[in-house]
Amino acid sequence: MVSAICTEAALQQSYIQEPVDTIYFGGGTPSLLSPAELEQILQQVFKQFTVNTDAEITLEANPDDISTEKLTYWKNAGINRLSIGIQSFFAEDLQWMNRAHTADQAKACIQLAQQAGFNNITIDLIYGTPTLTDEKWQQNVATAVSLNIPHISCYALTVEPKTALDKMITLHKMENVNSETQSRQFTQLMQWADDAGFEHYEISNFAKPGFRSRHNSSYWQGKHYLGLGPSAHSFNGISRQWNIANNALYLKSIEGNVLPVEVETLTNTQQLNEYIMIRLRTMEGLSLNEIAARWDINAVHKLRAGAEKYLKNDMMVLNNNSLILTRNGRLFADGIAADLFC
Amino acid sequence: MKHIRNFCIIAHIDHGKSTLADRLLEHTKTIGERDMMNQVLDDMDLEREKGITIKSHAIQINYKHKGQEYVLNLIDTPGHVDFSYEVSRALAACEGALLLVDASQGIQAQTISNLYLAIDNNLEIIPVINKIDMEGAMIPEVTDQIVELIGCKPEEILLASGKSGIGIEEILTAIIERIPSPKGDETGPLQALIFDSVFNSFRGILVYYRILNGSLKKGDKIQFVSTGQEYFADEVGVLKLTMTPKQEVKCGDVGYIITGIKVAKEVKVGDTITLANNPAPMIKGFEEVKPMVFAGIFPVNTDEFEELRDCMEKLQLNDASLTFELETSQALGFGFRCGFLGLLHMEIIQERLEREFNQTVITTVPNVSFIAYSSKGDKLTVNNPTEMPDPTKLSRIEEPFIRAQIITLPDYIGNIMTLCLGKRGILINQSYLTPTRVELVFEMPLTEIVFDFYDKLKSQTRGYASFDYSPIGYRDADIVKMDILLNNEKVDALSALIHRGRAADFGRKLCEKLKELLPKQQFQIAIQAAIGAKVIARENISAMRKDVTAKCYGGDISRKRKLLEKQKEGKKRMRQIGNVEVPQEAFLAVLKLD
Repeated sequence: MVSAICTEAALQQSYIQEPVDTIYFGGGTPSLLSPAELEQILQQVFKQFTVNTDAEITLEANPDDISTEKLTYWKNAGINRLSIGIQSFFAEDLQWMNRAHTADQAKACIQLAQQAGFNNITIDLIYGTPTLTDEKWQQNVATAVSLNIPHISCYALTVEPKTALDKMITLHKMENVNSETQSRQFTQLMQWADDAGFEHYEISNFAKPGFRSRHNSSYWQGKHYLGLGPSAHSFNGISRQWNIANNALYLKSIEGNVLPVEVETLTNTQQLNEYIMIRLRTMEGLSLNEIAARWDINAVHKLRAGAEKYLKNDMMVLNNNSLILTRNGRLFADGIAADLFC
Repeated sequence: MKHIRNFCIIAHIDHGKSTLADRLLEHTKTIGERDMMNQVLDDMDLEREKGITIKSHAIQINYKHKGQEYVLNLIDTPGHVDFSYEVSRALAACEGALLLVDASQGIQAQTISNLYLAIDNNLEIIPVINKIDMEGAMIPEVTDQIVELIGCKPEEILLASGKSGIGIEEILTAIIERIPSPKGDETGPLQALIFDSVFNSFRGILVYYRILNGSLKKGDKIQFVSTGQEYFADEVGVLKLTMTPKQEVKCGDVGYIITGIKVAKEVKVGDTITLANNPAPMIKGFEEVKPMVFAGIFPVNTDEFEELRDCMEKLQLNDASLTFELETSQALGFGFRCGFLGLLHMEIIQERLEREFNQTVITTVPNVSFIAYSSKGDKLTVNNPTEMPDPTKLSRIEEPFIRAQIITLPDYIGNIMTLCLGKRGILINQSYLTPTRVELVFEMPLTEIVFDFYDKLKSQTRGYASFDYSPIGYRDADIVKMDILLNNEKVDALSALIHRGRAADFGRKLCEKLKELLPKQQFQIAIQAAIGAKVIARENISAMRKDVTAKCYGGDISRKRKLLEKQKEGKKRMRQIGNVEVPQEAFLAVLKLD
């Protein structure tokens, strides 16, 4: 697989013209890569593309994969940001979520990483699960704050169709997620994060000043990106494309020097809709000036008219000619985006 | 004239009328096997699917019997209660009728009411037990039922199977030997009974008639007696598998005429065709058909109104019993208030709009035609809840009643009584046609069968009940207008005219159904049913608490955009009532209450 990914990097060499500013090892469990494999991929990326010297290079890691030894490898390989899937600092929650790590590991791995010199760390926390009380939720956030984590991604538990969880709920073997609890815990989170000095810069992302994810921010700024490996998505400003998800078929295709991609070219309206959908989730909001510049003034008028009711009912504010969701509005970002679609 | 036989087939749905007709046509070589499409007489898809003949047609059969050529005109009759007047006119065009009864099903309500119509018209009845080769055939029982019903001798009953062709020869012989030939004055002034008309997109309206007196020649200047309109007979002829033009259609025969009429409304079933310069009087029995059930039909997308109008006009070209006028609804925009002969007619129109014309429509709560008397004594016909005057200005309201005839097995008498009495029915008669077959006659308000009567009757009797009705005039009624309010905004399209005693129950069910169908919104929604200012039922839909997905990274964007675009499309099809978004299904909810 690693060599196929390296081959793909070569095949995709012309996809990205601009210098690479961020590299992200994610999706799955890249913390399982051996030092040699990680090295191999990074070398290939540096060979095929121009990478900025201060590039942000993130690695997603599971708490139970983190050891002093690995941390040293990663540091030496050039990784300068870690994204750790903590989920919760409580055993009960971790068990319910079927995670491999323990509550102790959750805390310990962060301290290990910090000792190894990783200061730019982000952790994932999950709320709205049946086992998570408001008190525990507050403690989870407080623990993250006390551990000096500069970036937190918080996700409400989502029941995806056709998953084991979905089935358990349908069979009444498990309590369904409670949208009222989720809504309350999200609102609490926004306050706590604010109190602790975090910027709520995207619906699910909170950062201390200077610690936003540069990589994820590029998605939200509409920058071009190239994804390598099965299921990876790429975007060049006009079209989105994604690799086939099946590992075997991916390998076979790359072996024959063929990119196993599906491409979707976006119409002008689709590009605008994506802009609306993504930007509405950010704290900078939907810039009407940018829309006037990139699309047309009619779209601005339409959006302005569509936004009227949300401005009135306190879901949105208009600041510097940008439409920005309020805390209350952030609870309804999807519905509002769909409503504003052109 | 001596060698003409005009006949029809009286049968319940699914008793094999169309199949038997096919065999008669095949056997007499009226159609070759190659042309043979199953069930030739039902030529609309919908008819074939529903297994009922919606519009009657006619076909001429030539048959040699004992060396003599005969002309047999088979006049097909519509097979549903909503079309009883059309049936009566088709029967009036015949001298005889085959009474076709399914060997395993026995006599059904509709068969009986059509049989009575046939007997009223002095038709010679030839009883036929069909499907005798089917498993479950009960020939002796059904024979008893028939003997009981028409007083014939058991040996006069023919046994047949349309499917395997048993008894076809015998039926043809009986038609010739038992049904009298037409009588009439061959040289008298033309008097022809219109029993049907059909729209043909190339030829205009084809009028089907039976000549009682005189004859009709190509080029004659004719007149329709009821309307006084005059036309030229551009083409006359008889109906074989296709139209066969002739110079003249003679006394006693069945034929068609083309006059350049473009709109079905000009042709009224039951009207008389005569000659403009040598007129004869109207044949008795003519009635203007009046719609019995009314409902609004609206385009799903408001901007498709003009398209819908176009389709409604085209539909009316070949269905004169459909009436409509412009209606505006705050909830649904522009549409039409339509009048139908009955509920099935309404369903047929709706389905034809969808299938033949590709229209997606919203049909509102159907209602009957009420008569409201103001305190000043003015009389007002109310076909639409919005037309109902303020109760304080009314002295009384009348509603149409029907005589409902239900034939069933004795086991289900209890269930039927409960159902009909619960629907304000009055039992008029209960009689055993045979030990295993009971006829129940009720007088009932028509409005009670408009909602869910058919489905309930079916489920309460496991399908072992047949139903027929005829209108019997208007009676005093305690009718109220019930409104539905969403967050205090009235939804005009959901208003209903309903008996006061049933309003609370109906209102509660409707509110519950709407609670199921309305999506949560960012605020609480109050659903209320009210009579005037008095709320009689209420449901709440709690506010949606959150509507945001957690992740939106590089790989999520495309899928998420598509999802939201779909959501947006769905919302476009919703209607805005005040601040509440209402999906179309909600407007149909009322038709699907248990």
